[in-house]
Amino acid sequence: MTDHLELRSGAYYDSVSLMQVSRQVAGGNGVSAAQVAMATELNLEVIGAMGFTVPQGVQPNELVVAIRADDADGVAAGLAALDAALAGLRSAGSGAGGFGAAPPPRTLGRAVRAGDATLALVSVPGQHATVEAFDAIAQGVSVMVFSDNVPVEDEVRLKDAAAAQDVLVMGPDCGTAVVGGVALGFANVVERGPVGIVAASGTGAQQVMALLDAAGLGVSHCLGVGGRDLSSAVGGRSTRQALAALAADEATESILVVSKPPAAEVLADLEGYAAGLGKPVHWATLGAGRPDLTAAVESFLGALGREVPPWPHWDALPISATLKDPPDQDPHDASESDGSRREPRFLRGLFCGGTLADEAMLVAAQELGVGLRSNIPLSPDLALDADLRAQAHLVIDFGDDELTRGRAHPMIDPTLRLERIAAEGADPGCGVLLLDLVLGHGAHPDPAPELAEAIRGARAVATAAGRDLPVVVSLTGTRGDPQGLDTSGAQLSAAGAAVHLSNAEATRHALALLGVDRDGATR
Amino acid sequence: MSTPLRGLLQADPVVATAGASMFADALRDQAVEVTETDWQPPLDGSAPHLARVAGDPRRREANELAWQRMTAAGADFVDVRPASEALGLERGTFLHAGPPIEWERASGPLRGALIGAMLFEGMADTAEAAEAALAGGDVELEPCHHRDAVGPMAGVVSPSMWVYELRDEVHDHTSWCSLNEGLGKVLRYGAYGPEVIDRLHWMNSVLGPLLQQAIRAAGPIDVKSIISQMLQMGDEGHNRNRAGSLMLLRELLPTLITADGSSSDIAEAVRFSGANEHFFLNLGMPACKLSTLAAEGIPGSTVVTTMARNGTDFGIRTAGTGDQWFTGPANTPEGLFLGSYGPDDANPDIGDSAITETAGIGGFAMAAAPAIVKFVGGDVPLALRATRTMYEITVGEHTAYQVPILEFRGTPTGIDVSAVARTGILPQINTGMAGRVAGTGQVGAGLVTPPAACFTQAIAALAAAVPGDG
Repeated sequence: MTDHLELRSGAYYDSVSLMQVSRQVAGGNGVSAAQVAMATELNLEVIGAMGFTVPQGVQPNELVVAIRADDADGVAAGLAALDAALAGLRSAGSGAGGFGAAPPPRTLGRAVRAGDATLALVSVPGQHATVEAFDAIAQGVSVMVFSDNVPVEDEVRLKDAAAAQDVLVMGPDCGTAVVGGVALGFANVVERGPVGIVAASGTGAQQVMALLDAAGLGVSHCLGVGGRDLSSAVGGRSTRQALAALAADEATESILVVSKPPAAEVLADLEGYAAGLGKPVHWATLGAGRPDLTAAVESFLGALGREVPPWPHWDALPISATLKDPPDQDPHDASESDGSRREPRFLRGLFCGGTLADEAMLVAAQELGVGLRSNIPLSPDLALDADLRAQAHLVIDFGDDELTRGRAHPMIDPTLRLERIAAEGADPGCGVLLLDLVLGHGAHPDPAPELAEAIRGARAVATAAGRDLPVVVSLTGTRGDPQGLDTSGAQLSAAGAAVHLSNAEATRHALALLGVDRDGATR
Repeated sequence: MSTPLRGLLQADPVVATAGASMFADALRDQAVEVTETDWQPPLDGSAPHLARVAGDPRRREANELAWQRMTAAGADFVDVRPASEALGLERGTFLHAGPPIEWERASGPLRGALIGAMLFEGMADTAEAAEAALAGGDVELEPCHHRDAVGPMAGVVSPSMWVYELRDEVHDHTSWCSLNEGLGKVLRYGAYGPEVIDRLHWMNSVLGPLLQQAIRAAGPIDVKSIISQMLQMGDEGHNRNRAGSLMLLRELLPTLITADGSSSDIAEAVRFSGANEHFFLNLGMPACKLSTLAAEGIPGSTVVTTMARNGTDFGIRTAGTGDQWFTGPANTPEGLFLGSYGPDDANPDIGDSAITETAGIGGFAMAAAPAIVKFVGGDVPLALRATRTMYEITVGEHTAYQVPILEFRGTPTGIDVSAVARTGILPQINTGMAGRVAGTGQVGAGLVTPPAACFTQAIAALAAAVPGDG
């Protein structure tokens, strides 16, 4: 028999709790008797009667621990049980309710702790996003930063802090992520599958996932890294971490990196890094002279030995009510024989998705042989004025920071773009309207009817003015999306728009309707 | 090799969100467990400073250390001595509550207490003469906090006054506080009539020496232990000290009644102390001061080490910015009034007693003292909500001070300036109210918060102290 008696000061517990603690200690392996109590006279008597010798001068505020065990191991087991029981008392209190519900967490760090979260999502206004993201990193969880307008130096600091904690910053300005089958932000419903995606582009990732879905290929994870991650300033910090994580992930068989035009040296660096990961990494990085996203996905499918399917599309249906010509006649003939001779007609691309707009400009610039004017121009000399108007081929990204300040993203609030669609209907310079529509979680719950209505309206205005206005829609979505891909496609085609799942195909179709050949000449 | 990103890709995600609730809804639609932050914009102008402080790699560990030191600090009541001896307080210098202030800006109750101290020290024969001398700058004024001391309400300590002496043996710190005079017309509330001065003389000649004998014979009394017990007996240690006062008296009685003194003096000392519900406050405050003193001087820490008011300004200091005070105009408490007094009679917030909240009791432990709402106003849910809300702005939970109704959860401890600025939640303080006019005394008790300006200044200074460029 081994007796252990110790006094602990500065720790007060109530007697009921200590009775439970004593019982837990007595249940320790090899413990034959135990009493843990505050050193009141009564308790000291009890402990004395058990045969323990209590030293003189014990203060009633001290905690007495008396353990009798078979041997030293038994004492150790008893003390371990004591520590666990006391820790349990404290943790039972942490977050405990008492009367009524606790006030809701007011900081992201508190929310992470309250919910035992493994991932955080920040969509507060940009100037406050850095603080929340740092808080999540400090709690040891990865964080998706949907917020835009975050300074690039903050992005670098966040990503360095995250790397030190072995967590990932997805963003800022990260619209899309899929983690373990869960869609975050704007994301389409995709089957679980072998493809891991690293995306420095929200709608680009959505387009790629939609194409993969159409090809019957699922996604393990889609890790957004923010549109600036492959810039020189950020240097691919998150992409590197995401690549390593996907390389170690058993569900991921091959990796596809999707990006807006990257900095050349960053891309080269990452290609070198990816080569050492032991898993095939493919690149769908937009840029002049590089394949568009559809072409990149097609060669990715080829590399996997899979067949490239015909990409889903919905033909424009003639609308009898607004049509002057017989249905069997090409509805565009009248305007071309009439209007285009007198004045030049232009491509008007009105987009919600930044990367989709980028891709459309890259494809169109190659086909047209001239640069497109834009609020997110491929080169600075092509920038549009603040009124966003020009007698030229132009593409507007309504999701750009400048146009979303103080306003919801156009995928949620389409008002600005709908106004512009109506304006283009009245503009004789508008030769073809190219639009995008992105489905999935986070987007408008049913955006197609509203857009179809706007298309009908614009076409009617053009028709009334004796012109025809062909419309092409790039529809990004999957068959699992809550809005319904086929339904949406049908609604738009019924409004007279040609609809394509592939954004590149949609763009080329629009150019063809404008009468542009592959050599860039206008018919 | 360990799993990258802490296993993020290997488990079903559990998500916490801050911002648009549509994203949380979309996650719930996918049967994902989501905790939403009740996010609100930070205090005006603090956003860039918060971003800078949030990225300070020292901060997390520095705040952890501050919390550790605060909760580990001991508080043993060891002696009672004159301030001249204990604090080295020289004749011609008076200590006062709160951040530094000069006579011209001093409020009614502080002026009243300073006048009283002049009369008590024999430095003036009349209130008018005292006022003239004070206005003429004859007396040096210094915050109690600058000497590691604390004083309730006006907090005026003059060299002849006796003070309690408490020791933190863990960190080798000492703190002091004046003896409590009871309630009603008392110096600390700005009264200076003859009964106030007579009582002070009696405390000096009878009470102080008897308490000195008693504590020296009884040996150190563990004040921290009394605080942990009183919180379980319905006290919060700032405005309700009933259980604490009785426990203190219980500790002192055996050696107080055997002290060398006349039986009538001893009887009067016992009666005076036993009748005073705030007898313990003047020991609880220096115990709290020892706790926050232990957290001072930790670079990178955003924990508040001082909250104090002088009746004009509210001032705070932080662990990461040394002795610098961040001040703003003190608010006027809201609460219940004594007799025929009303809101117009109340002076703005005054006293060093907010050290209790700084250390994690007082208003922060209000849930432990639901009966206090009968004294400061409000209802029992308010008391519970007050404590639970303070967890949002503190870095940890106290290891010794617990709240039974919250299932013995430790009290919220260590106010984080950045959490205050982020959430706009201001520390909850329970306090007494002094009359606006010098000489009035106490007019009521209630609840008050610091001005937000203290925290916006502090976060700016903390941001400026973050190393690195920018």
